[in-house]
Amino acid sequence: MKEEIIIAGFGGQGVLSMGKILAYAGLMDGLEVTWMPAYGPEQRGGTANVTVIMSDAPISSPVLNTYDTAVILNQQSLDKFESKVKPGGTLIYDPYSIHHAPTRTDIKVVPVDAMEATFELPSSKAYNMVLLGALLKVRNLVPVEAVMKGLKKTLPERHHHLLPVNKEAIMKGMSLPKTEA
Amino acid sequence: MEDEVRLMKGNEAVAHAAIRYGVDGYFGYPITPQSEILETLEELMPWETTGMVVLQAESEIAAINMVYGGAATGKACMTSSSSPGISLKQEGISYIAAGKLPALIINCMRGGPGLGTIQPSQADYFQATKGGGHGDYHLIVLAPASVQEMADFVGLGFDLAFKYRTPVMMLADGIVGQMMEKVVLPPQRPRRTDEEIALQCPWAVTGRPASRKPNIMTTLELDPVAMERNNIRLQETYRLIEANETRCEEHCTEDCEYLIVAFGSVARICQKAMEEAREEGIKVGILRPITLWPFPSEEIKRLSKKVKAILVVELNAGQMIEDVRLSLEDRVPVHHYGRMGGIVMDPSDVLGALKNIIEE
Amino acid sequence: MTPEEIKQAANIVECKPRLLNDNTMHYCPGCSHGVVHKLVAEVIEEMGAEHIAIAIAPVGCAVMAYNYIDIDWIEAAHGRAPAIATAAKRLNPSRLVFTYQGDGDLAAIGTAETIHAANRGENIAIIFINNGIYGMTGGQMAPTTLEGQVTSTTPYGRRVELNGYPLRITDILAGLDGTCYVTRQSVHTAPAVRKAKKAIRKAFENSMTGLGTSVVEIVSTCSSGWKLSPAKANVWMVEHMFEKYPIGDLKDTTVSKA
Repeated sequence: MKEEIIIAGFGGQGVLSMGKILAYAGLMDGLEVTWMPAYGPEQRGGTANVTVIMSDAPISSPVLNTYDTAVILNQQSLDKFESKVKPGGTLIYDPYSIHHAPTRTDIKVVPVDAMEATFELPSSKAYNMVLLGALLKVRNLVPVEAVMKGLKKTLPERHHHLLPVNKEAIMKGMSLPKTEA
Repeated sequence: MEDEVRLMKGNEAVAHAAIRYGVDGYFGYPITPQSEILETLEELMPWETTGMVVLQAESEIAAINMVYGGAATGKACMTSSSSPGISLKQEGISYIAAGKLPALIINCMRGGPGLGTIQPSQADYFQATKGGGHGDYHLIVLAPASVQEMADFVGLGFDLAFKYRTPVMMLADGIVGQMMEKVVLPPQRPRRTDEEIALQCPWAVTGRPASRKPNIMTTLELDPVAMERNNIRLQETYRLIEANETRCEEHCTEDCEYLIVAFGSVARICQKAMEEAREEGIKVGILRPITLWPFPSEEIKRLSKKVKAILVVELNAGQMIEDVRLSLEDRVPVHHYGRMGGIVMDPSDVLGALKNIIEE
Repeated sequence: MTPEEIKQAANIVECKPRLLNDNTMHYCPGCSHGVVHKLVAEVIEEMGAEHIAIAIAPVGCAVMAYNYIDIDWIEAAHGRAPAIATAAKRLNPSRLVFTYQGDGDLAAIGTAETIHAANRGENIAIIFINNGIYGMTGGQMAPTTLEGQVTSTTPYGRRVELNGYPLRITDILAGLDGTCYVTRQSVHTAPAVRKAKKAIRKAFENSMTGLGTSVVEIVSTCSSGWKLSPAKANVWMVEHMFEKYPIGDLKDTTVSKA
């Protein structure tokens, strides 16, 4: 098993932490993982993206030019990464921030109304967890239990009371994809 | 044991490894992309546990001189920075080398020259491997390619620094510093006691007991004959290090017709390119120098005898390639592919460069 | 009487401290360094502190101070002594750590290290020799050179519009919360020498009691740099230097803190 994933959006949307939780979940599930952010000023409001690789074998390059799966949160990121999804790969995007929908037909395109769904949740901060849930539903990378373990590892103990809220967001996200994997 | 496997950034791993190795002092100054080292140490508060001193200095210059001062007292001291900050430290590094003091300096390279960019680069290869500051000296230069190596090279770096009484540089870059992957941290070791330091470092400036003459840590020697002797002694140490401590790693070199030489994170990018090339039937192997100084010249020379060409891949305009060429005495064509200024090549770029050579 | 006859134990009323060795000093006749070296050696000897003393030498005339006082020394890069002392003290809290610096070292190239070490309240003592000139390199302008003072780089006298004003860095250090004891002394008369010795002793003791940074400025002469005889240099110092750099304590919080 090997999955090369790019998650891209605006800084502040939780792109990097979504990648981190996914990577930690992979670790909990016994996989090799790398998490490579585009670091720097992007973190403070510009575009942000992170490459996460999960594999059952040692990982060579943490830097990639093509991806199995892209999770896209804004138009700039769609423009940048749509062409970089491998043929037969998956592109998950939130139509909320997208004006020109993806056009490729050789990949599986999955719109997920994550922002709309987040409005129904108690915290808007759970947006990235909704998307993570959708990704897990579509790609079935790791079990939800591994994600919860990963969350527990990445969240400081004082925030552990937020674990149920996050789980609710993930479950919500899992219910969203209209195209089944 | 499960607890020991962690997911963290290379920079964070350095901080954890330093505490666990029993480092006595870390002195640093913030600069992207390595500030997590200082931040993580401050968060972990090792002064409460091992007694390690952690201090944010007023400048890189002050930080390296704190390392010099601490090392002169026999303590295991380290600093970290990124390219522009490492330039500021060069004066102090020269003094530490001249004083034959053990110390660990980490450069998490970013693109230059000047203030440059905060994105990854390998453009400080010359600076790191040829000395960097004034005078004839070398650092042992370790190039980590993974978060695990960033953790491991803290311990290896200090072991070598104390064994040879020389400063060691870990030449990392923004990729290995910023990326997260799994890491197994070393077990916690106690810091050395003052008695152990006195035994290990009889030269240490600790206050003079009645039983010995003053210990004087100076790099000044106005008598040129004596100064030449000091230089000769340094060079003897370097020859010993060259003979004993050259390290490198090979991938798929048994049957290779083409050889890629790359260090640090770029070696991993090349590894993926190699995997793709081999799927296309191109027999390519990789040699990754782990020590950039001393440089694995003999290994490259040996492999050069069976390859048609060598491709050196670096995040610079061509620096390590000079050492590769020096190793080969012009027997094999040596080509370069590089990106600069914080741009990182991807595996397809490397594959393209390799194909260009094959077509030539 | 021959010199050997005079050197009878019975005749000795004053002797050089044991820690001051017999090496011939490279200092010029009339230079204040020799006197201050003797005071440092005496104080360490009287405190019984040679086994815990770590001294940091500067770049400048005192660069080879380690050749004269038989304790452990670290020779610093120019201006960096306070950074080196910072680490030496923090990593060895039981040690008596002090720097010995000149005006160029402390107040020009090492201003940042000096101010930040003092501002952190490092438990170190700083002995600051202020003779208003760069002695070692041949008499160039120092940050503390007086207005109008002739040096090799101000051959027509220091002009404030070009070179700025003489820097009273000790006053700045006294204003920092990290310093506990800041004083300005001199060694041109026997009473002055006695006072300077007391100040050095107090600064060294402060390093051990952890009250913060101590600074002892010694307004000094440089007869070679000033191109005056030793006796005239002392007069010139009193007449000119003391006006800009008045002798006395600038700060002492050790009584209230202790």
